[in-house]
Amino acid sequence: MALDSKVPKGPIKDKWTTYKDQINLVNPANKRHIDVIVVGTGLAGGSAAATLAELGYNVKAFAYQDSPRRAHSIAAQGGINAAKNYQGDGDSTYRLFYDTVKGGDYRSREANVYRLAEVSSNIIDQCVAQGVPFARDYGGLLDNRSFGGVLVSRTFYAKGQTGQQLLLGAYSAMNRQIARGKIEMFNRHEMLDVVIVDGKARGIIARDLVTGEIERHSAHAVVVASGGYGNVYFLSTNAMGSNVTASWKIHKKGAYFANPCYTQIHPTCIPRSGDYQSKLTLMSESLRNDGRIWVPKHLKDVEAIKAGTLKPTQLKEEDRDYFLERRYPAFGNLVPRDVASRAAKERCDAGYGVNATGEAVYLDFAASFERYGKEQAKIHNLVNPTEAKIKELGQEIVKAKYGNLFQMYEKIIDQNPYETPMMIYPAVHYTMGGIWVDYNLMTTIPGCYAIGEANFSDHGANRLGASALMQGLADGYFVLPYTIGDYLADDIRTGKISTETPEFEAAEKSVKDSIDFFINNKGTRSVDYYHKKLGKIMWDKCGMSRNAEGLKEAIEEISALRKDFWQNVSVPGGDKQFNEELAKAGRVADFLELGELFAKDALVREESAGGHFREEHQTPEGEAKRLKEFQFVSAWEYKGEPKDAVLHKEPLKYENIEVKERSYK
Amino acid sequence: MKLTLKIWRQKDSKSKGQMVDYKVTEISEHMSFLEMMDVLNEQLVNSGEEPVAFDHDCREGICGMCSMYINGEAHGPDRGVTTCQLHMRMFNDGDTITIEPFRAAAFPVIKDLAVDRSAFDRIQHSGGYISVNTSGNTQDANSIPISKHAADTAMDAATCIGCGACVATCKNSSAMLFVGAKVSQYALLPQGQVEAADRVKNMVAQMDLEGFGNCTNTGACEVECPKGISLDTIARMNRELMKASI
Repeated sequence: MALDSKVPKGPIKDKWTTYKDQINLVNPANKRHIDVIVVGTGLAGGSAAATLAELGYNVKAFAYQDSPRRAHSIAAQGGINAAKNYQGDGDSTYRLFYDTVKGGDYRSREANVYRLAEVSSNIIDQCVAQGVPFARDYGGLLDNRSFGGVLVSRTFYAKGQTGQQLLLGAYSAMNRQIARGKIEMFNRHEMLDVVIVDGKARGIIARDLVTGEIERHSAHAVVVASGGYGNVYFLSTNAMGSNVTASWKIHKKGAYFANPCYTQIHPTCIPRSGDYQSKLTLMSESLRNDGRIWVPKHLKDVEAIKAGTLKPTQLKEEDRDYFLERRYPAFGNLVPRDVASRAAKERCDAGYGVNATGEAVYLDFAASFERYGKEQAKIHNLVNPTEAKIKELGQEIVKAKYGNLFQMYEKIIDQNPYETPMMIYPAVHYTMGGIWVDYNLMTTIPGCYAIGEANFSDHGANRLGASALMQGLADGYFVLPYTIGDYLADDIRTGKISTETPEFEAAEKSVKDSIDFFINNKGTRSVDYYHKKLGKIMWDKCGMSRNAEGLKEAIEEISALRKDFWQNVSVPGGDKQFNEELAKAGRVADFLELGELFAKDALVREESAGGHFREEHQTPEGEAKRLKEFQFVSAWEYKGEPKDAVLHKEPLKYENIEVKERSYK
Repeated sequence: MKLTLKIWRQKDSKSKGQMVDYKVTEISEHMSFLEMMDVLNEQLVNSGEEPVAFDHDCREGICGMCSMYINGEAHGPDRGVTTCQLHMRMFNDGDTITIEPFRAAAFPVIKDLAVDRSAFDRIQHSGGYISVNTSGNTQDANSIPISKHAADTAMDAATCIGCGACVATCKNSSAMLFVGAKVSQYALLPQGQVEAADRVKNMVAQMDLEGFGNCTNTGACEVECPKGISLDTIARMNRELMKASI
């Protein structure tokens, strides 16, 4: 099947408006005869469910957690971008669009990104109206801060808990619709297959995670909003339950999977401390606004720090290597995430890592304490304040901005970051790849949509900070509710979709067969054993930097591991009960297939772009080298084993932005 | 570290539960409490036994999912943390640790340590929102200035993660800290005013309907709250309710 992006014609600034003027609408009286299933209730799914219900559709929403309020969007800390130009520092829709496309290494779709920038300011208005307590300045107006990869201050925030507040906003909008009976909420339910009738997505098979019952649910359209697949690495900043299952199941039924190898490695995570670790903890990138990143200049100082004979605070200024400020003077500590992550890895690989595992660099706030402290002393008219007083005043300001992050760090590492610099290291965070969608956010299965992190379109090869929350809410509140109407307009006479059909029967049977297999396969190895093994292959060979040889090995190793999994996996307990091991087994089975496709995609992409750094393709200075012939989306069609997947290419055209060497120097 | 764990095992909501003893070894003080539980579960799975069911997800203290009662305290002995942020350095080698589910009539046990907290959702359905159309045609966000103090105080209330520690630790199983936090957030913002009276009346009525007890100002909820939600929110809720009732 040829890929048709359905991007509307005309000038980029008019595309979305013209498109909205021309699409088919569903009469309000007819919407109540139409059912929509939404899988996942994070920022994208939650906002979509609420808005679709508001419009009048009957929504069935599914979440694997006990409440939509737990979706992993809740963990996003730093903020959400919007081109409001409240600061008067030159921001505009075009500039947000430009930064996002450039930050994505020119590997995202222009029209989608422009639309995202265009609706971004509506998001802030919407959320404020819903009671989201964004930070305010003393005049009562909204406050902003800056994030990596941009030169304006456009990030709106609610302390270090922006994702939480935005999610609770979407959740409250959902609650209003649940109370009205327009959303039927299925908590602790997992989608295990999609049902296709006459070529269209018409329902799902779900498992009640408490009772183990397999259920059939029909609808006129299915929206997948199940987030990213970073847990393919086992260790990532994702929640423990985050999985690829919903996306992978629709992929197996015909939805193309795009750019699976695009993973974002986030530079400011708390370093790993041992093999028992279950996940990694992210600290907001906003810390880089006020923190300076460094390692010692001399290896002898590294050794002394590791041995505990030298404290980082004792190291003189001239003996420190502020490597981001040194290499990228224009952006300094605020270079984009891929650049910052690779630079940290480069220093640690060269032996300058400061913790026991050699995988940590410092994030130091001492200079900020002093800078803010001096300012505060002036504001409070303090004459000749002591150094200690200045530090104390400065610390208060930093505490107000990032207090919760400092507290979190202290709880985990058991060190006081106000007194000694934090240690950070890159970790797997967000996945830019996902289900291929057209401009309508529809997948290659008619009637099946993918929104938020689950789709691929807006972030390219790398995601700028504070743009994931923006995309989730843009898709859910403002884009999908329009585009889905265009499709559903043909369904006003269809009537209720029956679940008593051979298609539902067959899908249910395949789900039950797979569950029966896990329960009855009395193997010898736990699900986690396989997940950890897969994660190690992924990190070692498909991680921050990759090469052809390693990727070929990874493909073989994952394939062998998968074979072993299907022979020797052990799942205790039964199927008609709350059985977390069983749920996990299904998710890991899907990761074992996705992982191989991931490696295959990375192997094909013979260039370096964003989070995807191919060692064979770098400049003499070690920067990523993009190649014009790879300016396409790789969309994979399922054909059985991942090795048989067929590649389709969607060429990316840049008509409104000149593709330039991405430099932050 | 070597530890003895006394854990509440209960097959499902209908079965009778009991405390069962387990031993774990090679526990590092840097592990989180949940990672220690992972070690136990890996051990159980490898011996063909059913692992201990417990709720957890983000493991960074924000989703509010983890809900254990450890040595008689919700989320264990540390202050201002959820169970996923509790680290084994808070315990000593050789300790015996008692682990139970959050106990409250309104939070029925699903299995072992996992409980059903959907009563919190139903309270939210009854009024925990502002009735604004999600159309994007709202007025400019800066058109109603909000004082920094009001925005910050609303934010403090809004940080509630809905974990239920307040209920679990309260001798009356009261949900007033949770409901107070929700009511306070909206009461402090101009956007929430139009429906303020109905909101507080409906939420309090639903809270009572769910079987949560009343508040007797013991203050245990505030002590155990991982997000430091203040008793002031309960006072504010009572004030709002009074205002709505006269």
